[in-house]
Amino acid sequence: MSGGKGAKMAGGRGTRLFIVPMAMVAVLFVAIPLCYVLVISFMTRGDNSTVQAIFTAENYRRLLDPNYARVFLNSMLLALWTTLLALLLGYPFGYCMARANRRWRALLMLLVIVPFWTNALVRLYGWKILLQANGPVNTVLRALGLIDQPLRMLGSYGSVLLAMVYCLIPFMILPCHSAVDKMDWSCVEAARDLGAKPWYAFLTVTLPLTLPGISAGCVLVFVPSLGLFFVSDLMGGSLMLVGNLIRDQLLKSRDWPFGAALSMLLMAVTVLIFGLYRRSGGKDLGVF
Amino acid sequence: MKKRRKIFSPVYMTLLLIAMYLPIVMVVIYSFNAGRTIGAWQGFTTMWYDRLLQNALMGDALKNSLVLAAWSVALAGVIGTLGAIGMAKSHFRGKGALETLSTLPMMIPEIILGMAYLVIFSAVGIPLGMPTLVVTHMTFCVPYVYINVSSRLVGMDPSVEEAARDLGAGPWRVLLDITLPLVAPAVASGMLLALAMSLDDVIISFFVTGATTTTLPLKVYTGLRNGGTPEINALCTLLLGAVFVLVSLAQLWQARQRRRQARDREQANRNQPDRA
Repeated sequence: MSGGKGAKMAGGRGTRLFIVPMAMVAVLFVAIPLCYVLVISFMTRGDNSTVQAIFTAENYRRLLDPNYARVFLNSMLLALWTTLLALLLGYPFGYCMARANRRWRALLMLLVIVPFWTNALVRLYGWKILLQANGPVNTVLRALGLIDQPLRMLGSYGSVLLAMVYCLIPFMILPCHSAVDKMDWSCVEAARDLGAKPWYAFLTVTLPLTLPGISAGCVLVFVPSLGLFFVSDLMGGSLMLVGNLIRDQLLKSRDWPFGAALSMLLMAVTVLIFGLYRRSGGKDLGVF
Repeated sequence: MKKRRKIFSPVYMTLLLIAMYLPIVMVVIYSFNAGRTIGAWQGFTTMWYDRLLQNALMGDALKNSLVLAAWSVALAGVIGTLGAIGMAKSHFRGKGALETLSTLPMMIPEIILGMAYLVIFSAVGIPLGMPTLVVTHMTFCVPYVYINVSSRLVGMDPSVEEAARDLGAGPWRVLLDITLPLVAPAVASGMLLALAMSLDDVIISFFVTGATTTTLPLKVYTGLRNGGTPEINALCTLLLGAVFVLVSLAQLWQARQRRRQARDREQANRNQPDRA
């Protein structure tokens, strides 16, 4: 091989080989395991062995059982509430952060990122300490004379919701912040100059312009919230979520085919959400 | 109106930040609590730290976590970077599909992959333990490196590579001397993110860990399920300290990098005023 063209082609073929390890990982450790789950979701639970190769759609029929359907509905509702609350709390924060001056912004960014990096368990543990019967929140409320009996906050629906929002809110703040940051402020100024009141300008200009950030944030909060099985566990809730159900099917009831069917349902919901996100013009997630 | 926003913004941000940090502060404070349980405050002690440092099981868990993170992040760093460069420079059918498949572990709820691994490893007869942990962590670390490096490659000026090639550099030379140094910061930040994810992971580890191997987050998880002990508080505090130092360093480094880039750009503009 001689000459520029030959060298270029060799380079092209060389760099194409670079894909091989990643493709192998994707096929061996993503595609094959997921396909296998799909396959066993149509199989029968065995007596001794955990899976028997007999085709059945029974696992999917069982998903319609009111008990399981309720678990699924609860998870979706909790995920919806989590997303809504994270948006209501996180968007203003991202907005204010983007409007802050440079010095402050770097510090605020750091303050948002640190909890994002710290182990979710550690942070949930902090809430557990705060909310326990003889913990600081109850002590303060009692000292203020607002209550005489300690409130039982741990294990309530509110405490699980709080913990979910708390775990996932950085995923909302970061994309909202970057959307507001990238927005062309002259549009808002134009609206204001033309006589729009601040709130009207916000609703008709800022909000639509930052919608990509909002929808990215919603996806990034909603999807993981469906699978976090340890949140309800740790907050002492008896609330059964899809994640808990899948774990129990695998490790307690050892009904792997049914667990696989549940996973596939969760996968279908995830794919649907990403599909909607893409169709609404959403860009790649993951970079903020 | 403007005045009102000026008051609203700092007050709101302060309140939310307090809500974000109060639990973390609580964990730290209660690690010095003399009581045996996480209950009421019973005085100051550093006994739990001593106890923690003498706990051999904790030491094992820490070592496992570090070994696991080092292997999986290093492997993911190489695989993700090579993948991003290869994908950026070639076009083939199914490229989009491969990209989706490679980044899927980051997108779907972790529990799906976690259970898939448990099921398939037991079907194939692979014993659970450190090797399975490394392989699975590596898989979910690859997307973080890949996406960071890809987006850096998209934003890169192709004329730099072309110039090197025109000046007679071979493709490998271009790769080693031009492309890799240019994407190095993206590789570093992707690997840093992957490191955080690996050190943090509970769900996937929960499914693929063997009976004898445990990681730090799993240790914390079991500790907390049993109600939590001050020893776990002490462990969490040490983890928090490590994260805080790591994030601060990363942030400082990034700020320096950004300043340097801004300065370079300024200089380039000054040299070529018409191009700016």
